[in-house]
Amino acid sequence: MAIQSSNKSKIIYTLLAWSISAAIFFPIFWTLLTSFKTEAEAISASPSLFMFDWTLENYQDVLARSPYFEHFWNSVVISLGSSLIGLLIAIPAAWSMAFVQTKRTKNLLMWMLSTKMLPPVGVLIPIYLLFRDFDLLDTKLGLVIVMTLINLPIMVWMLYTYFREIPNEILEASRMDGASIKAEIFHVLLPIALPGIASTLLLNVILAWNEAFWTLILTAANAAPLTAFIASYSSPEGLFYAKLSAASAMAIAPILILGWFSQKQLVRGLTFGAVK
Amino acid sequence: MATTHSRTLAQFMLFPSVVLLLAWMIVPLCMTLYFSFLDYNLLSPGTEEFIGFLNYEFFLTDPAFFESFFNTLVLVGGVLLITICGGIGLAILLDQAIWGRNYVRIMVLAPFFVMPTVSALVWKNMLMNPVNGLFAHFATFIGIEPIDFFSQAPLLSIIIIVSWQWLPFAALILLTAIQSLDREQLEAADLDGAGPFSKFFYIVLPHLSRAVTAVILIETIFLLSIFAEILVTTSGGPGYESTNITYLIYTQSLLQFDVGGGSAGGIIAVIIANIVAIFLMRLIGKNLEG
Repeated sequence: MAIQSSNKSKIIYTLLAWSISAAIFFPIFWTLLTSFKTEAEAISASPSLFMFDWTLENYQDVLARSPYFEHFWNSVVISLGSSLIGLLIAIPAAWSMAFVQTKRTKNLLMWMLSTKMLPPVGVLIPIYLLFRDFDLLDTKLGLVIVMTLINLPIMVWMLYTYFREIPNEILEASRMDGASIKAEIFHVLLPIALPGIASTLLLNVILAWNEAFWTLILTAANAAPLTAFIASYSSPEGLFYAKLSAASAMAIAPILILGWFSQKQLVRGLTFGAVK
Repeated sequence: MATTHSRTLAQFMLFPSVVLLLAWMIVPLCMTLYFSFLDYNLLSPGTEEFIGFLNYEFFLTDPAFFESFFNTLVLVGGVLLITICGGIGLAILLDQAIWGRNYVRIMVLAPFFVMPTVSALVWKNMLMNPVNGLFAHFATFIGIEPIDFFSQAPLLSIIIIVSWQWLPFAALILLTAIQSLDREQLEAADLDGAGPFSKFFYIVLPHLSRAVTAVILIETIFLLSIFAEILVTTSGGPGYESTNITYLIYTQSLLQFDVGGGSAGGIIAVIIANIVAIFLMRLIGKNLEG
């Protein structure tokens, strides 16, 4: 009896969960589908789900008519570059706060976090003018600098929460065995901390890839990453749904796949450890 | 001896992060503050002069400020309402024993990874367009007049798009929190004959309160700075109907080149964000001790 009724509720919950999640996923699914249609079919008043002439011409068009790969490369350089440089700066800071705690550590952490809460418009004009004066406007270098700085607090925090979980005894044991600080870091700490460092890197690549304030404001043709490239489709010139879909699909696919791997770290990273 | 050695080293290792963040925070912010007291337009360089609080007076008494301040409140409040309520519902649903939970999770989470410009343009053109959009096709199909979302309800349209982006975040955080709920408590409530509603209001909701607070505060920080979604859909219009504070300052600074006025607006945005930040910092600070 009891088993029967729980099976029944499992069926109902399953149906409900699948229909709601399908509705949430639908815009992405529809974009993928439209990217394989012709422009005429893409705006058809009686859109068909699968019964259309599948075509790759939109992808070919986007790749042929726009410097898509340049923008893709810009996105890769900016997101990966800023995350790697960020790691180099954040790992030592997080290490020292996690293992050499002082009275100031907590305040320092909170202060770092507070820099993340500064709204970008608060520094918009100075950054724009400084970039103009130092010839950094529309350069990858400029964006790497900004992305590194805006994501540095999140990196320090994430790494800190991971490092804190490493038991101090392990480090003490290695010290007893006469390991130097350098050996302690490279042979004991880093191997244990590698998963945490990898997820920090992953989350920051995702955040930098999708950042759409500074990338839109500080770039034009040369250094524009995919966020800015896609924004250029907002001018209503003719019918372009299929091409918009193809460009969008290529822009979100890599990060969608990376993102699905980072689900668990996402919670920790984005709540600064407040929810685990 | 070892400790003094490692202390010095620790200070040394902290140094780059602290200096960089300090520079990033202090230098531009001081410049903004300085500019906000100047009559300074990029179109007429060299004519800057000190005008005291006049920029603030102009910014705060501009009808556009009131409208965009109100829009900011509606945008943040609307998205929070939708994502928190929807997120709690989804979290409870995904916590049940269901078939294929991993696939459901993947689908629910997906919108969070879509870049803002893509989600805004996909919704604007392919779903909400009054002639060729899917919603319009559907409306015609069931025989009602299609809605022209972005001219009839621009702010609501943006709220819908942004909620779609942030619902996965709320659901994921709340699901993580709900999974840490002590199952024995629920079983005990079952034995005492508690119904689903009293279980929800007396056990689940109180357990979630901290996660809900975290979601509200973190989302607010990001939602106060919504920009790309407005830029590629309505450009703030019609009129100022879908302009928020962030977008207003952007137009003033980089489209009208009014450095002084834009800076005064920037300082006001910083003050507004700080009020939210204080509450968030308290919450996280408490957690740091525990």
